[in-house]
Amino acid sequence: MSIAEPRAAAATKRSEEYLWTLNFGPQHPATHTTLRLVLQLEGERVVDAMPEMGYLHSGFEKIGEHLTFNQYVTVTDRMNYISPMANNVAWHHAVETLLGIELTPRCKVIRTIIAELARISDHLLCNGAVGLDTGAFTFFLYGFYQREVIYDIFETLCGARFTNSYTRVGGVSHDFTALVIEKIRSFLRTFPKTLDDMERLLTRNRIFVERTKGVGVLSREEAIARGATGPVARASGVTRDLRKDEPYLAYADYDFRVCCAAAGDCYARYLVRMQEMRESLRIVEQALENLPAGPVNVGIDQRTALPAKAQVYSTIEGTISHFELAMSNRGFEVPCAESYAAIEAPNGELGFYVVGDGSDRAYRARCRPPSVLHFALFPYLIRGHTLSDVVAVLGSLNIIAAELDR
Amino acid sequence: MDEHSAGATSAAAATPARDGVADLFGGTRQPPFRGQERVDLPADRVREAFRFLRDDGYDLLVDVTCVDYLEYRGAKHRYGLVYLLAATADNRRLTVRVFLDDPAPTVASATPVWPAANWLEREVWDMFGIRFEGHPDLRRLLLPEVFTAHPLRKDYPLQGRGERHNFPILTRDDG
Repeated sequence: MSIAEPRAAAATKRSEEYLWTLNFGPQHPATHTTLRLVLQLEGERVVDAMPEMGYLHSGFEKIGEHLTFNQYVTVTDRMNYISPMANNVAWHHAVETLLGIELTPRCKVIRTIIAELARISDHLLCNGAVGLDTGAFTFFLYGFYQREVIYDIFETLCGARFTNSYTRVGGVSHDFTALVIEKIRSFLRTFPKTLDDMERLLTRNRIFVERTKGVGVLSREEAIARGATGPVARASGVTRDLRKDEPYLAYADYDFRVCCAAAGDCYARYLVRMQEMRESLRIVEQALENLPAGPVNVGIDQRTALPAKAQVYSTIEGTISHFELAMSNRGFEVPCAESYAAIEAPNGELGFYVVGDGSDRAYRARCRPPSVLHFALFPYLIRGHTLSDVVAVLGSLNIIAAELDR
Repeated sequence: MDEHSAGATSAAAATPARDGVADLFGGTRQPPFRGQERVDLPADRVREAFRFLRDDGYDLLVDVTCVDYLEYRGAKHRYGLVYLLAATADNRRLTVRVFLDDPAPTVASATPVWPAANWLEREVWDMFGIRFEGHPDLRRLLLPEVFTAHPLRKDYPLQGRGERHNFPILTRDDG
């Protein structure tokens, strides 16, 4: 849509003189990222909202057709940059599904742990931002302090805090060290206390409850029909969680609950996310205490992950495998086929539809972004609410514009 | 793989629907790949087929996307639309593909059946130039309306064709 068009649309509605057109974004503190809403207001009430997106479009899917399966993981970092680890896991899960690679038990558990830590960090930001937008600044800082702790864990693990690019085809870039395990253990000890504090701050806070309860109600039927997934769908009573329904990685081994609510409003979405963090902690605890020993990458015979240096220097198989993987035309064997694989990302179902054509690059790397379908819900959810509810609804959907636009 | 065997058990339940929709609407069954059930449907009957599938329990439209098979070895058609369906009640999944060709790739919109298709189809129109008949609001989703190309087509270069430098510049006065 050109810039002039909303004005033209507004002009046709001139007969309804009492309607105001308000431009919200693309650069507004409460959009958190770059997206735009054109709101039709009747006094303070929102009659209609026209979402606009594409400001951050950088052609990630086109780039995905030109980078190898291992290179593209750096781009997935930049999709949902609130939880890049989850994107890494999703991308290589899809690639390994296409290639038919069975991961080692240790790698599965490590990926499960980092995916759950990413979920905690994502939910902390999302709930923190909802708190911030509705006036609870302390709550936001509590969340951000703990996000720093998770960033520290990731930094110790792979050297990068924000754009981790941690996974590789058939493995991960760095194995867990004793220091990483110690840091995760100390996080497991301290975080429940912060979570209690956060719940005490906000869950029964009169102002917060008034601002979010009954606002942006999404019924179960609408949630399914409009393609909502993840916490947004679960807050509306859809009991769908890919970790339980299609157990990938090591999730089948752990005891955890799927957190749901029936109300479907902003408050229910907040509650679901708060509860999911506790469940994630349980998963991380169980996974960490039962971390299998053994190699973290798949073996040389599968020829997908680079062999360890010791193998390269001391065995002929290692040398050949390392040499071939480094050559562009001798990489792994990719079937001429297409497959879809998804994980339960913090935000919803994050999947990749990957088409292989025999080369080490994807012929098509479609990302199924949960944010797009959630942002499409926005006009439906906001109609009839007041202008001040816009930020509450927008925050509770947890829209990440970089994932939205890709 | 574990997830494949898990997919295979749920796929066993999906087979009747896959066969049913293939028989009723002249589609082709595809052999499952990595435990994923697939069916190809003819473009002219997708709307009835979608209604049938939704009534059969596939209430969640996970994704609508497209693949341009221009440079794909052995491909018979230019475009392959991909609909990823899921059933929330019993966790089945089904991949439906619809093949289209130039010069005017058009297919019936899935938006009346699954409202989730609205923006997903807009993105496919934006990126591949496929028209969806019966779509309520088929505008570009990500790129501006002044953009003329469909950049995820295989004949569009990675570097673009210089559109970015030739966009009309709006100033505060003439905006």
